[in-house]
Amino acid sequence: MHKPAIHVRNLRKGFHKRNGFRKKSEFWAIDDVSFQVMPGETYGLLGPNGSGKSSLIRVLSTLLIADSGYVRLLDFTLPEHAEEVRRIIGRVSVDAAFYKKLSARENLLYTALLYGQKAREAERRVMEILEQLGMEDTKFSTPLEHMSRGMQQKISIARALMINPPLLLLDEPTTGLDPKSRRDVQSFLEDLQSREGTTILLTTHDMAEAERLCARIGFLAHGKLVAEGTAEQLKQRAAAATLDDAFIKLTGEELVEDPEEMALVED
Amino acid sequence: MEAVMRQTWAFLFRGYHITRRYIGWVIVFNFYALVTSATVALIGVAEKNYQLTLTLIVGALLWNYLSRLYEEIAMSIAYERWEGTLEYTFMAPVSRAVHLLGVSLFSLLNSIVTSVIVLLGLMLFTNLTLRGANLFGVFVVLAVSTVAFVGLGLFAAVFPVMSAERGAEATHIFQGSLLLVSGVYYPIDVLPGWLQPLSAISPATYTLSACRKLFGVANENSTAEHLAGAPLSAVSHELLVLALMGAIILPLGLFVFVRIEAWAKKTGKLKRTG
Repeated sequence: MHKPAIHVRNLRKGFHKRNGFRKKSEFWAIDDVSFQVMPGETYGLLGPNGSGKSSLIRVLSTLLIADSGYVRLLDFTLPEHAEEVRRIIGRVSVDAAFYKKLSARENLLYTALLYGQKAREAERRVMEILEQLGMEDTKFSTPLEHMSRGMQQKISIARALMINPPLLLLDEPTTGLDPKSRRDVQSFLEDLQSREGTTILLTTHDMAEAERLCARIGFLAHGKLVAEGTAEQLKQRAAAATLDDAFIKLTGEELVEDPEEMALVED
Repeated sequence: MEAVMRQTWAFLFRGYHITRRYIGWVIVFNFYALVTSATVALIGVAEKNYQLTLTLIVGALLWNYLSRLYEEIAMSIAYERWEGTLEYTFMAPVSRAVHLLGVSLFSLLNSIVTSVIVLLGLMLFTNLTLRGANLFGVFVVLAVSTVAFVGLGLFAAVFPVMSAERGAEATHIFQGSLLLVSGVYYPIDVLPGWLQPLSAISPATYTLSACRKLFGVANENSTAEHLAGAPLSAVSHELLVLALMGAIILPLGLFVFVRIEAWAKKTGKLKRTG
């Protein structure tokens, strides 16, 4: 029996919210969440806006320190071994987060140097990844601000994979992409998973994407993991015909894909 | 070690390419620095007072260097928030000391370029001569005070970590306060009595005092054609104070930055936007 690549147990993270002068209330962004992702598995986290998906990814990315609970990525626990964890994770977030005036090449070389890599080797790997993502190399020297969101997201995936991470954290990587880019990214992730056995934790609003890519899926609502299993198991458990219906029945919520609202909730 | 060198180089690489892409704004900022310095220096020219002109020129020159150095470091976190790259920098496996060293080195290069532009410009606007000035001494004083100013920049860089909304404003308030109390363009004894103690804790006060002596300001042997710059030994007190300030402020600034980063990760303040 393999050890889980990602092991999260009884994780809690609360935030204080100011309600008027001096009044503060606390809410749990992550409320006693436990799950495991096995090596080479793609695990999906589905939840509406504000359900705690991004907070969870930020804890695993070492950007947020949990209040309590146990987190282990491969052999390293958090927050004690944050430095080691940073070396084994690649992350793609919902916004591409680049220096928009710089070209794709400059952004990626900067990341490679930041990770202590040799620029030439990193550049070679990036070119391979971009080719697999269906991107022309002529775009490589174009400033990111002149690229479509789909292209920016492909560059973002190349950035995450450039460091050859055994763990990939994907926070809604296809949100806001056009159908072709969405399909390109999904096919690439399928290939990557089967070819290199990368362990992937994926958050998404897209039920079809979750069914296509994820071996197992967890439903998050109000910071709690309310159900977990394969897509079939979840549908059976909810006696629902579709994963969408299963989600609504098991969480009592609907999935909304509204980037503006999402940004407000996450902030 | 090789990896650390590459990580340090990453910040210089990034800074160079961002400067290249924003070259129009870089020219505007340097033009503005030159024009404001010239405007101040011309007050002395209008008074036909060479000592006053020299006092103002040294003030303008050093303030451009020190404030640019401070500002670039202090605003580095705010810039990353504006670009939306903050989270990616903080989740890279680079130690905070190396991160801030890289940022500081680029800021230092930037400050040197601005200072050279201002100096050359001032030579065109005034009949400034550097003959007789102790330029080696000035270089030594600037090198020592750079350490203290990098430390101040690190201190101020925590403001944008603490508050996405108000942090950048706070760094400028701090910078403005340094300008006010450090005797950049006037002797500190003209400040109200309640403000003067603050001059004693500003590294810029000692930098300016030392550099003015080394340029020959207020030296009766200085003339418009030939300055009578003091020897380095004449500014040993200022040098000692600056070295002590650097030795305290730089490690303290780094320590405070690391502590505030940990706090921001606990409270969720380390957001990509703001």
